[in-house]
Amino acid sequence: MEDFGSPALRKLIDGFPDAVKLTHADHGDATALVDATRIEAMMRFLRDEADFDMLLDVTAVDYLGQIPRFEVVYHLYATGPNQRLRVKARVAEESAEIASMVSLYASADWMEREVFDLYGIRFDGHPDLRRILLYDEFDGHPLRKDYPKERRQPLVGPRN
Amino acid sequence: MSSGLPKFPDPPASLDDDFGRDLHTEHQVLNMGPSHPATHGTVKFLIELDGETIVNLDIQVGYLHRGFEKECESGTWYQAIPYTDRLNYNSAVIANVGYCMAVEKLLGIETPEHCQWLRVLSSELARIADHLTRCGAACLELAAMTPFLYGIEARELVWDLLEMLCGARVTSNYIRIGGVKHDMPGDFAPTAKDFIPRIRKLLVDFDKIITSNRIFVDRLKHTGVISKEDCIRYAVTGPILRSAGVGLDVRKTDPYLVYDQLDFDIPIGEVGDNYDRYLVCVEEMHQSLRIIEQCLTQLKKLGPGPVNVADPRVRWPAKGKVFNRMEELIQQFKSVTEGPLVPKGEAYFAVESANGELGFYLVSDGSAVPVKVRCRPPSFINLAPMDGMLKGGMLADLIPTFDFINMIGGECDR
Repeated sequence: MEDFGSPALRKLIDGFPDAVKLTHADHGDATALVDATRIEAMMRFLRDEADFDMLLDVTAVDYLGQIPRFEVVYHLYATGPNQRLRVKARVAEESAEIASMVSLYASADWMEREVFDLYGIRFDGHPDLRRILLYDEFDGHPLRKDYPKERRQPLVGPRN
Repeated sequence: MSSGLPKFPDPPASLDDDFGRDLHTEHQVLNMGPSHPATHGTVKFLIELDGETIVNLDIQVGYLHRGFEKECESGTWYQAIPYTDRLNYNSAVIANVGYCMAVEKLLGIETPEHCQWLRVLSSELARIADHLTRCGAACLELAAMTPFLYGIEARELVWDLLEMLCGARVTSNYIRIGGVKHDMPGDFAPTAKDFIPRIRKLLVDFDKIITSNRIFVDRLKHTGVISKEDCIRYAVTGPILRSAGVGLDVRKTDPYLVYDQLDFDIPIGEVGDNYDRYLVCVEEMHQSLRIIEQCLTQLKKLGPGPVNVADPRVRWPAKGKVFNRMEELIQQFKSVTEGPLVPKGEAYFAVESANGELGFYLVSDGSAVPVKVRCRPPSFINLAPMDGMLKGGMLADLIPTFDFINMIGGECDR
């Protein structure tokens, strides 16, 4: 597996030779596609051994029609050496579940809630996984590609 | 003689003892918002109180959710630009720049130098407007109306400049993929040269009125404190991170546009409380004014030049040709209805917005419609640790803390 000159990518490939499935550095962004079942150990490794102390962003992409369907995307930042790394993991539609990063990075809390809210991907081990941008009665997950933009939702009254 | 009267404890020796004592009061839950007169932002706080002390805080966001990402995924790449205006509407240009530069990264476009200076100039104007709103509104919500008026007067001047440059005061929609809408008008530079000293003077007046005001200082100092380590754990960026003593700024760490050619400083704080955040924001406005002056000098030195990249994928052909030649007419038609076809791939691009790192993560499948337009919203991410900043503090600390986190509903809820 190639590291494209990124020391972080090299470390990750050496640390987890069988769990890194694909790497690229298109447009200068070092990226690794990894095995979703190993994500927690890999992120812990990146935090503790490769100085990635900031989890800048967590999001997901819906590749409707592909198997596995979803891709969870993490953007990491190392404040000391000023490096960035993108880590991605594929998640199947049926289970739609991946380990939560809240125990490693506090910033994952709200961002994982947002991904759960808008994509319906569950984060195993999240202490408080509930909707964040939408309301509890909202039916469906709007950023899934099969959710029609024009779809109406039932009106709900104020909660008591 | 035993009367039926209850026996009261002896009065405390001093009032301080009384306040220090655990009164064993019942906790009460207070609903604050979503539309509260002392917060500028649509957000609901569910506060569990012990007397006036905050025991627990649940922040409920999402009241301004308009489906930004969903809308972007159903339009062309160009049609997302006006939506980015409406993320952080206090500094719309910065979001324009972030999105357009992310698309340019996917397209592999390098914009002309003239355009880059104009982008920096407009971004810094927007940053000043954002900081003025934050500091002014914070004073207002702490019951100091006068400094707010000075801040707003300065913001009017900034907005007048933005209006001259972009054609709109708030939702500027100025940046284009591969350029800007137009060059600055001829009378812009002299007006800006006239306005900058006036803005500086208003900042000095603002400073004189409020910075050492006893009530203001008491309410800001040691309230809403967050440590360096917590900032990093929560991925907090921008003035909050810098007030905690970490000098990280995307303009310095990953310089984009022409920021590496500019001379400016990154102010940092020590304690990480609201007062430090206030001081950092005020200093950043002075630094932004310095940057604007350098931009004006540089633009004058450069003289007239192209503000748009000469790339037929993202620019329309000249009108004269469109009206007289068939190929250009077809190209114009395709550009308007379809816009650029962005090569397959993914890219993340970050800019330093007034609230911190504003990133755009884009995924394209090679078509004219984005697969994914993710905005990394600093307002949303900076708001997450607010409960920890306030637990154990007083209810009144919530107001300045929320003000200086500067949660902007449009960007937080998207």
